[in-house]
Amino acid sequence: MDSYDTSESTPRHSASSRLKDYFIGATPLQKRLESVRKLTSFIPTPPRRKIPQCSQLQEDNDPQKVAFLLHKQWTLYSLTPLYKFSYTNLKEYSRLLSAFIAAEKQKGLAVEVGEDFNIKVTFSTLLGMKGTQRDSEAFLVQILSKSQLPSENREHKVLWTGWFCCIFGDSLLETVSEDFTCVPLFLANGAETNTAIVGTWFQKTFDCYFSPLAINAFNLSWMAAMWTACKMDQYMAATEFLWSVPCSPQSLDISYAIHPEDAKALWDSVHKTPGEVTQEEVDLFMDCLYSHFHRHFKIHLSATRLVRVSTSVASAHTDGKIKILCHKYLIGVLAYLTELAIFQID
Amino acid sequence: MSSQKRVKDSQAQKRTSQGSDTYETNLLAGEEKEDLNDSKRSLKHGQDNIAEDYGHADDQGEDALQIAVRYFEKGPIKTSQSKDKILEKHLKTVENVAWKNGLAPEGIDILLNVALSGKFGSAVNTRILKCMIPTTLIPEDSVVKAVSWLCVGKCSGSTKVLFYRWLVAMFDFIDHKDQINLLYGFFFASLQDDALCPYVCHLLYLLTRKENVKPFRVRKLLDLQAKMGMQPHLQALLSLYKFFAPTLISVSLPARKKIYFKNSENLWKAALFAVRQRNQGPPPEPLKLMLGPAQVHPVKRKWNSCSVIPVLNSSSCSKECGKKGMTLSDYLSSNGSFPLEQLKSFPQLLQNIHCLELPSQMGAVLNNSLLLHYINCVKDESILLRLYHWLSQTLQEECIWYKMNNYEHGKEFTNFLDTIIRAECFLQEGFYSCETFLYKSLPLWDGFCCRSQFLQLVSWIPFSSFSELKPLLFDHLAQLFFTSTIYFKCSVLQSLKELLQNWLLWLSADIHMKPVMNSPLETTLGGSMNSVSELIQYVGRLSTTAMRLENNSTFLLHFILDFYEKVCDIYINYNLPLVVLFPLGIFYSALLSLDSSILNQLCYIMHRYRNNLTAAKKNELVQKTKSEFNFSSKTYQEFNHYLTAMVGCLWTSKPFQKGLYIDPEVLEKTGIAEYKNSLNLVHHPALLNYAVSFLLQEWPEERTVSMSSIRGKKWNWYLDYLFSEGLQGLKLFIRSSIHHSSVP
Repeated sequence: MDSYDTSESTPRHSASSRLKDYFIGATPLQKRLESVRKLTSFIPTPPRRKIPQCSQLQEDNDPQKVAFLLHKQWTLYSLTPLYKFSYTNLKEYSRLLSAFIAAEKQKGLAVEVGEDFNIKVTFSTLLGMKGTQRDSEAFLVQILSKSQLPSENREHKVLWTGWFCCIFGDSLLETVSEDFTCVPLFLANGAETNTAIVGTWFQKTFDCYFSPLAINAFNLSWMAAMWTACKMDQYMAATEFLWSVPCSPQSLDISYAIHPEDAKALWDSVHKTPGEVTQEEVDLFMDCLYSHFHRHFKIHLSATRLVRVSTSVASAHTDGKIKILCHKYLIGVLAYLTELAIFQID
Repeated sequence: MSSQKRVKDSQAQKRTSQGSDTYETNLLAGEEKEDLNDSKRSLKHGQDNIAEDYGHADDQGEDALQIAVRYFEKGPIKTSQSKDKILEKHLKTVENVAWKNGLAPEGIDILLNVALSGKFGSAVNTRILKCMIPTTLIPEDSVVKAVSWLCVGKCSGSTKVLFYRWLVAMFDFIDHKDQINLLYGFFFASLQDDALCPYVCHLLYLLTRKENVKPFRVRKLLDLQAKMGMQPHLQALLSLYKFFAPTLISVSLPARKKIYFKNSENLWKAALFAVRQRNQGPPPEPLKLMLGPAQVHPVKRKWNSCSVIPVLNSSSCSKECGKKGMTLSDYLSSNGSFPLEQLKSFPQLLQNIHCLELPSQMGAVLNNSLLLHYINCVKDESILLRLYHWLSQTLQEECIWYKMNNYEHGKEFTNFLDTIIRAECFLQEGFYSCETFLYKSLPLWDGFCCRSQFLQLVSWIPFSSFSELKPLLFDHLAQLFFTSTIYFKCSVLQSLKELLQNWLLWLSADIHMKPVMNSPLETTLGGSMNSVSELIQYVGRLSTTAMRLENNSTFLLHFILDFYEKVCDIYINYNLPLVVLFPLGIFYSALLSLDSSILNQLCYIMHRYRNNLTAAKKNELVQKTKSEFNFSSKTYQEFNHYLTAMVGCLWTSKPFQKGLYIDPEVLEKTGIAEYKNSLNLVHHPALLNYAVSFLLQEWPEERTVSMSSIRGKKWNWYLDYLFSEGLQGLKLFIRSSIHHSSVP
């Protein structure tokens, strides 16, 4: 409401406004609040982002583990910083979590921590899975079933997998103290009951909070643009969009598939700033798709809701599901997801 | 045991018991003393029954009781033929007294001994045990002595069961539990007995403290579980063990609510009620622990949270995991920190504030006022951050207008907000999380959902630079304000008044701390005052526009003036150098209002403004140094303008000359001949009916009511009449602002 804007502006610097600063100075909490204020008062996302570069995985990564993460559908969660989590205690955590799961599975029956169950929980770090050196180490949690038969190859069947990571999460790191471990992005694959049990245990043990991370249409368009912009040696899948039309009794889905090279060509035609994607370009890219569709089918896609984007790099669904296909751009995809997760917990 | 010895014993015990338990409330200590007198009296009767005191019927009954007690103490008389008869008579006496008034500690002590020593038959023991009802409290020593009989093996299984049931039922009335807790191992061993197991479990459930939970006991319980299967009583005890030692054991209880213990109280229901009534004050609270969160919130809504606010649990897990290589011996040696579960009173908090265990989930503090005290004074940033993250996320997750068409959890969200607001009121401080939640959710708010809660949250926004908050909050609020009903407008004004008050209180408390702090970020008092003044001006703009939108509604004006009642007193009430006057639109609306209470309120506010400005002027003259906070002459001029206008209208009958100036030509056009008088105390539309009533009351015989007759002496009487009718604001205003030489 500009009409009653006060003409006298306060001479003070914005950060100095809080008297509480007298007590605590510029504390993490203070910075937190400042950042939220900034985020809420301006446009939530920066108008430009970098196009994911070729493999930014740190050198010490384990290719086998990385491969394991690809081509699987992950459900996304944002996660507030873990309190008093320690990478040196992963063994102990496995013991406690397996006992917790065992107890949850047989409601009412108490189990001793360290007892032998028919499931096993493992915690392991995902070396090299980080954007900068300051990012917390990513780690993987798996629930394995133990086969009853003492066969030669004691290959455990993986029942559930979840992993925690932080890629270029500097903005979050600045606003917490050292008692906390920041892994704002959590990805889970497996039965949701297991996710619930593991999540509950983490929440109780490290005083953190999991929230499902949905991806709105705005961010899906960004993903579409950024992923189309990635250079690929060969395309593995078509670029595909899915729009949802809210109508009763059943909603109507419109699927729109484009040859990935055509999509790239379209992108190249709207793209100007080298190495970066801007909001303008994203809008233009989507508008081109809309008008093309309108020309053929006389349907305004802009009036519907974008719910899924699939490219050769990755595919994402508005429900917060993601599948990463391309090893090269793993870090790039995760960096954007981390950004979204941090935005959600801010 | 001779009665002589008993006296000594009991007195010694009283002494120790009074000295030992420091946590007993005064109330209880008082009761104990009374209790002591009681027992002395009954004892005296027992000792010298030669001093026949047949004064009261009650005393007679008590004497009979003493005889009965002594009879039981001596044991059954072998020779007498009529022993059954005598026994029956004495039993009846004891039962009658016990169920009627309860037994004094002495009686309980003796009779418990009798019942468990096996002097009489099982049937007699049962009857005695059943009437072990205390008048008020049961001494711990008696219980300990009674337990020692259990080891001798003189009582039957059924007596033992009954004893345990009795112990569970009366647990609250045992004066102390430390000695009993020392017998934990003995009770624990009794779990072996299948018949006793359920009752012993219940007793242990009541008795267990953190230090009682040991690995070997955990193992033993698990063995029992393996032997007996899932037994509800075992489950309860196991889950309590898990509560204390999550690193040793894990159990999760079924979501459906279940009865874990057989009801031991049934036998004594009426008696327990009577004892509680006699005790009146709350009994020494046993630890009230939850059997897992499922019991509190039976509906498991989503995995993320069974209940919105986590259950209080000490953080043993993460702490012990933090230590590298936790060993068994670590566990056996208690680490000297004070467990949360035992935190029951403020003195306890003060004594243990340095070694308090913190909850594993910080959100739990919302339901615990003692911990709220703690986080209020703690400097540890990580505690605040944990609360911040949890609260921010929970608010975001629960907020119903984020979820499209999902209003089914509305009640729950409202309750959650209420809990937060309670905590904020308790702390007299807002949470940062709520502030950020408001920033995010206010633009999406419909102004209807959880209105009262939401506006209360607004009033707890921590003090901040107004210009910074304006785009985040106040602009959005203004939009809603202008487009909503009058009731919404009033609620907003109300909460802004509270916000102003909270800021003022905060600032006035803070001013005195200022010199000690040295912060790199400079915040001047002047800057803070600027912010407050901008808030007031913002409300001024809202009010002026709202008055126009709502056709000068009196109802709305009341809320606006309420706000200014706070504003006018800032200098004196909060000792802050700020005087902001109300806008013209509000002043004249109030002055020309048809409602006498509005006019009265206006007078009161003007009176307070005057006092504040005079006080400020006086201080300025005294200390010429603080030039920064001298009010500009503009403020004084503005006030004088208002004052002149008011006096001109109400008193001197010269309106529209100074202050509110209206061209005489315009006034002539209205066609009102006597416009000059028309706004004075007699003719003012808000006061006219007072003038008429005054005349009718004082001169009932007059045929015609002549308003203009109120002048001179009558004017003064009329003033007294107005004051007596409750127009106190007017009285204060006239007394302070008008010199009586100028009676019209």
